[in-house]
Amino acid sequence: MIESYIPIFLILAVAVVFGVVSANMSWLLGPQRPNRAKNSTYESGMEPVRTAHDRFSVKYYMVAVLFILFDIEVVFMYPWAVQYRNLGLYGFVEMVVFIGILLVGFVYVIKKGALQWD
Amino acid sequence: MDVLDIAIALIKIVVMFVVVLLTVAELVYTERKISAWIQNRVGPNRVGWLGLLQPYADVVKLLLKEDIVPAAANRFIHTLAPVISIGVAFSTLAVIPIAGPTITLFGRTVHMVIADVNVGILYVLALTSMGVYGLTLSGWASNNKYSLLGGLRSAAQMISYELSMGLSLIGVIMITGSLQLTDIVHHQHGWMWNLVLQPVGFITFLVASFAETNRAPFDLPEAEPELVGGYHTEYSSFKFALFFLAEYANMITSSAVITTLYLGGWQVPYLETFGLSDGWMVLVQILAFMLKVAFLLFFFQWVRWSVPRFRYDQLMNLGWKVMLPLAIANIVLTGALLLFL
Repeated sequence: MIESYIPIFLILAVAVVFGVVSANMSWLLGPQRPNRAKNSTYESGMEPVRTAHDRFSVKYYMVAVLFILFDIEVVFMYPWAVQYRNLGLYGFVEMVVFIGILLVGFVYVIKKGALQWD
Repeated sequence: MDVLDIAIALIKIVVMFVVVLLTVAELVYTERKISAWIQNRVGPNRVGWLGLLQPYADVVKLLLKEDIVPAAANRFIHTLAPVISIGVAFSTLAVIPIAGPTITLFGRTVHMVIADVNVGILYVLALTSMGVYGLTLSGWASNNKYSLLGGLRSAAQMISYELSMGLSLIGVIMITGSLQLTDIVHHQHGWMWNLVLQPVGFITFLVASFAETNRAPFDLPEAEPELVGGYHTEYSSFKFALFFLAEYANMITSSAVITTLYLGGWQVPYLETFGLSDGWMVLVQILAFMLKVAFLLFFFQWVRWSVPRFRYDQLMNLGWKVMLPLAIANIVLTGALLLFL
């Protein structure tokens, strides 16, 4: 069982080594001539105003929270889908009920305007 | 699993890396050529025969450029972000089977897949969602307003479309009854590709793949006219090249996943009637797999240069109010058809 995962750890290791080495390659090979103007943050040629680490629209958080809610429901469907042919009509009805409840929440979210971008 | 098995696995990994890197190089070239043809231009034609060496010239140029990290940036995360992007883009390919029969190497049976895990689909989904971190962290670490907006957009976009991606897959799993990618390919024998059995799921998955790879018409995270370069505004030299590499590697990965799930993977209809030996079968199947992937890659580029970019609210509306209900309807429909047919 666990043996089939060894190549996955290998490929992750190879990919990370490749990434770390090549991300630092230009630092080794390229020139190093920093100056204040070059190292300042790019803001269309203007002097940067404040930092970018500031508050941003709450809508992004809304999307993230909704994603977590719905994604957990999706996770429940995977084991059901694998066993679907063995469950028969019982499994089908169960899932229709489950999806029905899911859709009620979905309609509520849309009616509340949580996904309104304007 | 002993040393020889690990050595064989390593050989497979290295071969895959080299193939993907070379394909990325040529993809950059075909992207520029296809865009040139579509826009009635010539495209790169100076470096090498027909400009074929252009991507390699670009790589050398980027390698020798100065690595600029803005003074306000978080140095460690600024370097970490491209590593995450590229690592995720490559690692997903580990579970993709490229041929059916096994071949014998050093007295061992070698399967034409790097890791045949029984939760292959979950592995693919897990890694693609990891990809969000690379883009979001790069946007945050740069401490640049354009980068931050690009990073936030990509996070919101990718998680929105991941839902419909995960849901469209469920139809395929219901038909196959397994999460293992080799099982899914075996199940699409002959012409019984999942494309035929799951047309709606295929379309939602394809659209979600475009959004997940940040390709046009969903390239909002790097929308040039409004966000300069989006999340990679503050990246230069080879770190920038890594994001570029990751984008194209992600295209290859998505095409490979779509091929495996919906286009029959390595299946070639009626191939077994020719009575070929296993070695030839493997060769033909790898070729067929690569052709299918190549076609999808061409499709990715074709769409990029033909379709204008979405507006952000249109993108979110499409993801949540069209794709999600469509994917759910596909599950119910598949369930009903499997039950009553």
